[in-house]
Amino acid sequence: MESGLEQKYNLDVVRWFTIMAVVYLVVGASIGVYIASELAWPFLNFDSPYISFGRLRPLHTNAVIFAFGGCTLMATAFYTVQRTCGVRLWSDKIAWFVFWGWNAVILLAVITLPLGLTESKEYAELEWPVDILIAVVWVAFTFNFIMTIATRKSSHIYVSNWFFLGMMVMIVYLHVVNSLAIPVGLFKSYSLFSGVQDAMIQWWWGHNAVGFYLTAGFLGIMYYFVPKQAGRPIYSYRLSVIHFWALMFGYVWLGAHHLQYTALPDWTGSLGAAVSIAMIIPSWGGAVNGMMTLSGAWDRLRTDYILRFLIMALAFYAMSTFEGPVMAIKTVNALSHYTDWTIGHVHSGALGWVAGISIGAIYHLMTRLYHTEMFSERLVNFHFWTATIGTVVYITAMWVSGIMQGLMWRAYDEYGTLAYTFVESVDAMHPYYAMRAVGGAIFLTGAIVMLFNVLMTVRKSANAGSLAAARNVPAAA
Amino acid sequence: MAEKKVKAKGFQEWMEMNIWGLLFFLALALSVGGLVEIVPLFIMKNTMENNRFPELVWAKAGKEPIVTVDADGKQVWNWTPGDGVRPYTALELAGRDIYQREGCYLCHSQMIRPFRDEKERYGHYSLAAESLFDHPMQWGSKRTGPDLARVGGKYSDDWHRQHLRRPQNLVPESVMPAYVWLEKTPVDADASITLFGKTLWSLPTGSRMQRHMRGLRLIGTPYTDADIAAAPQLVDGKTELDALVSYLQVLGTMARLDDAKAYRE
Repeated sequence: MESGLEQKYNLDVVRWFTIMAVVYLVVGASIGVYIASELAWPFLNFDSPYISFGRLRPLHTNAVIFAFGGCTLMATAFYTVQRTCGVRLWSDKIAWFVFWGWNAVILLAVITLPLGLTESKEYAELEWPVDILIAVVWVAFTFNFIMTIATRKSSHIYVSNWFFLGMMVMIVYLHVVNSLAIPVGLFKSYSLFSGVQDAMIQWWWGHNAVGFYLTAGFLGIMYYFVPKQAGRPIYSYRLSVIHFWALMFGYVWLGAHHLQYTALPDWTGSLGAAVSIAMIIPSWGGAVNGMMTLSGAWDRLRTDYILRFLIMALAFYAMSTFEGPVMAIKTVNALSHYTDWTIGHVHSGALGWVAGISIGAIYHLMTRLYHTEMFSERLVNFHFWTATIGTVVYITAMWVSGIMQGLMWRAYDEYGTLAYTFVESVDAMHPYYAMRAVGGAIFLTGAIVMLFNVLMTVRKSANAGSLAAARNVPAAA
Repeated sequence: MAEKKVKAKGFQEWMEMNIWGLLFFLALALSVGGLVEIVPLFIMKNTMENNRFPELVWAKAGKEPIVTVDADGKQVWNWTPGDGVRPYTALELAGRDIYQREGCYLCHSQMIRPFRDEKERYGHYSLAAESLFDHPMQWGSKRTGPDLARVGGKYSDDWHRQHLRRPQNLVPESVMPAYVWLEKTPVDADASITLFGKTLWSLPTGSRMQRHMRGLRLIGTPYTDADIAAAPQLVDGKTELDALVSYLQVLGTMARLDDAKAYRE
């Protein structure tokens, strides 16, 4: 391993974000398993407002997206930008402000959401004072990132940083516009927009929280960590340029496909659907680019568990970016919308792709940040299989239940009347809701094992003094 | 950026070497989709059906109060169901606040699509005009439970109360949580903090709802002064359960839709 890294770069803040990401993965997935169980066995709501499904579900989404996803993005963006630009973060102070600020946002979410303080906009539930804090911290994050690039030693800006930058700028747009609201109390506000315009803005945000936060940002991770872990350059530079600009320009349009056949004008929904279908090209370009990076080194998958995570994540990315455009086709959407299929699709992306690439990157980071090998390679492998099997069980359950719901709702009997009451469809979901909870629990088991493995690695590093030794190496000239 | 010796070949490479250029063109590329899809919705007349069918929106909205309470405490309604879409009364709005707070939108949509089965199950397809005063909209994205866009009047108030108290008593297969706390909590009653006999902070009944209504008026909801003035009397003595039921019962009852009219192309 290179020496002098500890002196040259700010790796402390990266370490903290990395550890917190793993903690939040366990927290977010636990809440997910709990609310999945509530749908299977409603007594688990225990007649308590604070843990009822409607209040915990936003906490689950916020915990996995903003707490786990956010800390992963901040850890990897701060790491990647330093390594690829060859300079220390522009400001250590801002970096620490981002760390504490972001964790304050998460703490506030944990307090306010169970109390029912919500704007009731999906994936943007946090009330206006927290929204302001998010905006400030996010802009600080972006600013520090940009200034680090501006002071770089390398001549070119590496592709990972384009993706991170795209995500940062877009999230500023989305968060600021979607959160515009009139405060009527300390923790109560009403969206500035109403009805159809509000719906379009909400899903412009909603889909791009997925498209930029959970895709572009994690593609930034992919473009750095896959080549690093494989020890080979990225397969195609040209493909990454096309992938990047097509994704940046195109993804923004997709939100409207969440509103097909609603009171949103037809032209908007159709436009969203058309661009959605076209997006399969850049998405697969990116997936191919990542996977082909391994060409000539495929045998590494047999021995390198971290690489397995990264490549499995790309496989899920390819699958869900195929599924997404299919679901945007109007006739398919007529069946899939409002059903569990959507939930299944989101989780094949979230568990398979986002969590997969994050987990791979975090294991890679752990060895670099603590200057030691993982505490247990076997546990990494165990985690790989629990994560993969858990995800597959989860999404299979949701595919079946989603398609079944859609078909039951529209089924007619021989007399031309609706074949099923709504509640019959609810009843039919029970086995799949139970199966989903089991799939989630398998995934969660892996996450807990990861947390254990990560903490033991920190301990191992402390006991062996490897981090301290790395800090004491004189900086390379 | 020490080494400036490399000369960029072409636009892409120039951007890769110039963070500010990259940032500028990125910011530009990212803005197009949103502008094209969102801005026209505020401008194009055919977005809102009430531009062609003005009867969808209550003609007296903002000119006359929706409901007033006379000296005997009797409610006098200027609006009757079917008169058109109007802002929510103080009690309905309190119910809507609770609907948001409890995350009902996560399992119930309020947006009926123009399909035969949805028409038979839920009623006429939803119009944009029907959520004109919904800040934010509650269209939802998931039907773990049924759509509620036209649930108003389908069940009795008593049914709703019992159902919210313990859904499984009425619908055994239901997976909905029981909302037992709603009937125990008064809506916007007197609130105060006293210390050593001194009142440090106090709010009279209905003042929170008045604040909420004033906020909504500020962003364009046509409330009259009388609507806001009536708030304390409308919420006086009501529980959160009463408020939520009154919101559910108004859903879909505001505009009278005609099957013979093509509201949307």
